[in-house]
Amino acid sequence: MSDEVIAPALEMRGITKRYPGVVANDGIDLEVHPGEIHALLGENGAGKSTLMNILYGLATPDEGEILLDGEPITISSPADAIARGISMVHQHFMLVPVLTVADNIVLGDETMANPIFLDRREAREKIVELGQRFGFEIDPNAKVESLSVGWQQRVEILKALYREARILVLDEPTAVLTPQETTEIFAVLRRLADEGHSIIFISHKLYEVLEVADRITVIRRGKVVGSRRPDETDEDDLAELMVGREVQLTVDRGVSHPGATVLSVEGLVVRDDRHHEAVRGVDFELRAGEILGIAGVAGNGQDELVEAITGLRKPAAGTVMLGDEDVTHAGVREMREAGVGFVPGDRQRFGLVLSFPVEDNLVLTTYHRKPFSRGMVVDDDEISRWARQAIDDYDIRTPSEDVPCGTLSGGNQQKAIVAREFGQDLRVLVLDQPTRGLDVGSIEFIHRQVIEMRDRGTGILLISAELDEVLELSDRVAVMYRGEVVSMVDGPTANREDVGLLMATGGRGDTSTAAEQAS
Amino acid sequence: MTEPPSSLEDDLGERGPAPQASVPEPLPQGRWQRLVAVVAVPVASIVLALIAASVLIIVSSPAAEGSIDWTLPLAAYGALLQGAFGGPTEIINTLVATAPLILTGLAVGVGFKAGLFNIGGTGQVLIGGFTAAVVGAALADSSPWVACPVAVIAGCLAGAFYGFIPGFLKAFTGAHEVVTTIMLNSIAAFFISAIVNDVLRAPGYTFARTADVGNAALPHIGSGAFNIGVLIAFALVPVAYWLLWKTTLGFEIRTVGANPSAARYAGMSPRRLIVLTLSLCGLFAGLAGVLQILGVVGFYPATYGTAIGFDGIAVALLGRAHPVGILFSALLFGAMRAGSGLMQIQADVPIEIIDVIQAVILFFLAADVIVRKLFRLRVARAGVDEVQTVTRSYGEQAVG
Repeated sequence: MSDEVIAPALEMRGITKRYPGVVANDGIDLEVHPGEIHALLGENGAGKSTLMNILYGLATPDEGEILLDGEPITISSPADAIARGISMVHQHFMLVPVLTVADNIVLGDETMANPIFLDRREAREKIVELGQRFGFEIDPNAKVESLSVGWQQRVEILKALYREARILVLDEPTAVLTPQETTEIFAVLRRLADEGHSIIFISHKLYEVLEVADRITVIRRGKVVGSRRPDETDEDDLAELMVGREVQLTVDRGVSHPGATVLSVEGLVVRDDRHHEAVRGVDFELRAGEILGIAGVAGNGQDELVEAITGLRKPAAGTVMLGDEDVTHAGVREMREAGVGFVPGDRQRFGLVLSFPVEDNLVLTTYHRKPFSRGMVVDDDEISRWARQAIDDYDIRTPSEDVPCGTLSGGNQQKAIVAREFGQDLRVLVLDQPTRGLDVGSIEFIHRQVIEMRDRGTGILLISAELDEVLELSDRVAVMYRGEVVSMVDGPTANREDVGLLMATGGRGDTSTAAEQAS
Repeated sequence: MTEPPSSLEDDLGERGPAPQASVPEPLPQGRWQRLVAVVAVPVASIVLALIAASVLIIVSSPAAEGSIDWTLPLAAYGALLQGAFGGPTEIINTLVATAPLILTGLAVGVGFKAGLFNIGGTGQVLIGGFTAAVVGAALADSSPWVACPVAVIAGCLAGAFYGFIPGFLKAFTGAHEVVTTIMLNSIAAFFISAIVNDVLRAPGYTFARTADVGNAALPHIGSGAFNIGVLIAFALVPVAYWLLWKTTLGFEIRTVGANPSAARYAGMSPRRLIVLTLSLCGLFAGLAGVLQILGVVGFYPATYGTAIGFDGIAVALLGRAHPVGILFSALLFGAMRAGSGLMQIQADVPIEIIDVIQAVILFFLAADVIVRKLFRLRVARAGVDEVQTVTRSYGEQAVG
């Protein structure tokens, strides 16, 4: 896209946005051309979201201007942005599950057949036509709740297209997708770009950005630190730009030395909140000093499995053994006392009390033990001392140990949980999405800590929606599909595509066919 | 085909305290700024309530004075102050009126910390006071060294038991504490009244009442109304603070209140804590009843009714559920109660204006956005969790 003649579809010039104590955007320039997929790359808190919020009318810049087709404009609200052809596909879908695809798409922009009734027919026709144009046929009468995550995302994109968006912002669109779905969505994006749409693609996955983008703009600490074409850069270069120092992208996993079995799960059946069997007869063994990865598309029983192992949920059948001890019916406290650590998948809901100071969160699961308390009495000094130590050791960026945890960035909140859980003597460590939503620097740090825990002889169960993370760290990988472990593969030699296919289809028979299909 | 991801709900949390509210805004750093941030809205609410009540006093002044009297509010508030702090007797009366409010304030405030809205203060006060009256009357002729402590402890335990009931119901059946405690208030009032009218009616009086507590009465200090129970109530403020912030139990209570899901994840038992906290709330309220009966009344009249249970809600809200805040707001309400008599005599302003002020304070606390706008307060919205507990409790009832 080196057409200098055509005016950029969108230009943001010198955008500056200050919040008390921080400059979120510091004179950012961004040019997006028609038909261009423009990736916006940066760590959490770098200012990507602020910039996009300004574009979408959710925030007002202190300085700078926005030009659409060369015309200066002001955007005061999302409705304003949509009216000008700027649409946003959020990371968390804004869909109503019980409504049909068509109803979701027209919601807020309904065409009326007469003053009382909606014109559904016209909407449906337009949706089918749009879908065909961009290469995905969708049934407008399907309920959204019956669609896979990948298709729900397409509904979100259709929603934007229905409103005649010319500039489409996608906020980490691949975070919830399997590798196959990611490939498919990239094809859709490419088609959109070919039709002249401009796409702003926010991501922190370097290889994806290199794969799909025409131009990559890297933001660090509110400033544009570089802009690259994919053919003139590589992952290491981008990571260095993003973090500001050289980054080791793949952790040096070294050699693991698995010892005795620390956790064995046999015939485990777990029901979810609606009493459906979410885990249907799972068996595995975890050894000391080993990382067992669990790969699977979200919602295939991983959550319930984790809850059963950590004592949060009572299994319906089967056994969980910790060493020789039957802990099938043990509660959370018993499991923790027996040496099971747990980094929960939803850190804000389970892992932290956001209104509590950082130091209290650092002892949230250990406050009842010595030296943090004696009998019933809490030792504040001891807690503060440990907190300062943990903040130091785990590089938690916080003004002090007594500010509310909710004021920290996501990465630092996660580091606080990691510091707390890793700081104990553990036999088994359950990691659920340990790096979800974190930036490259934090991921690198946490991965190194995980390897260190493994080398200290802890058995680690790693559940992650990031297949790359599972493959990179695990000694063995169990693939979960509809509540069952459909395959157990060797981590270091596993093929990404094969595992991805197993995740998506459950293998449907033997793995060799799956592998053939993938190739 | 993907099913919506199922969430891990605390099995009693579905109707229990909602997961933690919004991320708090950062509190200002310095000690003073933090204090200002916490105290600004309550103080502003008090000022606004006094202004609003002034308007009412002025408007109603023709009834008292025959014409509009613009200075009447000043006269009324002056008399109020004098009646509350004008001399040793007045100060003692204020302290005696404050003591039970501290306790019922704690009974509500400690519940707020656990995300519970204890409206059952009234019932717990009545049960506590009634039990103390019965045990006290039975021990009326024993040594005061036995009679008084036994009656006090019996009353406290009865109050605690009356808090245990809604706690148990909530923890094991999911019955909401707002509903159950309201019902338990009525049960306590009518049950006690029936018993005192009939079974326990002491002979020789023109009205239904229990026998004198005799030696079980709380010892008075000096010649006035000051009894040892006032000291106990004030002493419980630091105890409650210590309990909430310096013990593992307090840590657990506050965690369950702030984020029940995280509490479960951390290995705490929300069920146990709900039962324990409401029992503790009942104990505080029960003690308030004990102090009233053994310290002030001396027996239990069948018609006994008291507002201190409900006033505890106002005290706890104004005091932001913090023991020190509760101490100060109890002092404010206690002083207004104690001083209102002189206000009525000197300025001819009805005592009920005190209730109006109290209600308007609550109004502004709940609608704190108005207060912030009026005073252009830029302080963080810190510590309004208590109001959230209240509104959340009501909201849940409305929805189901």
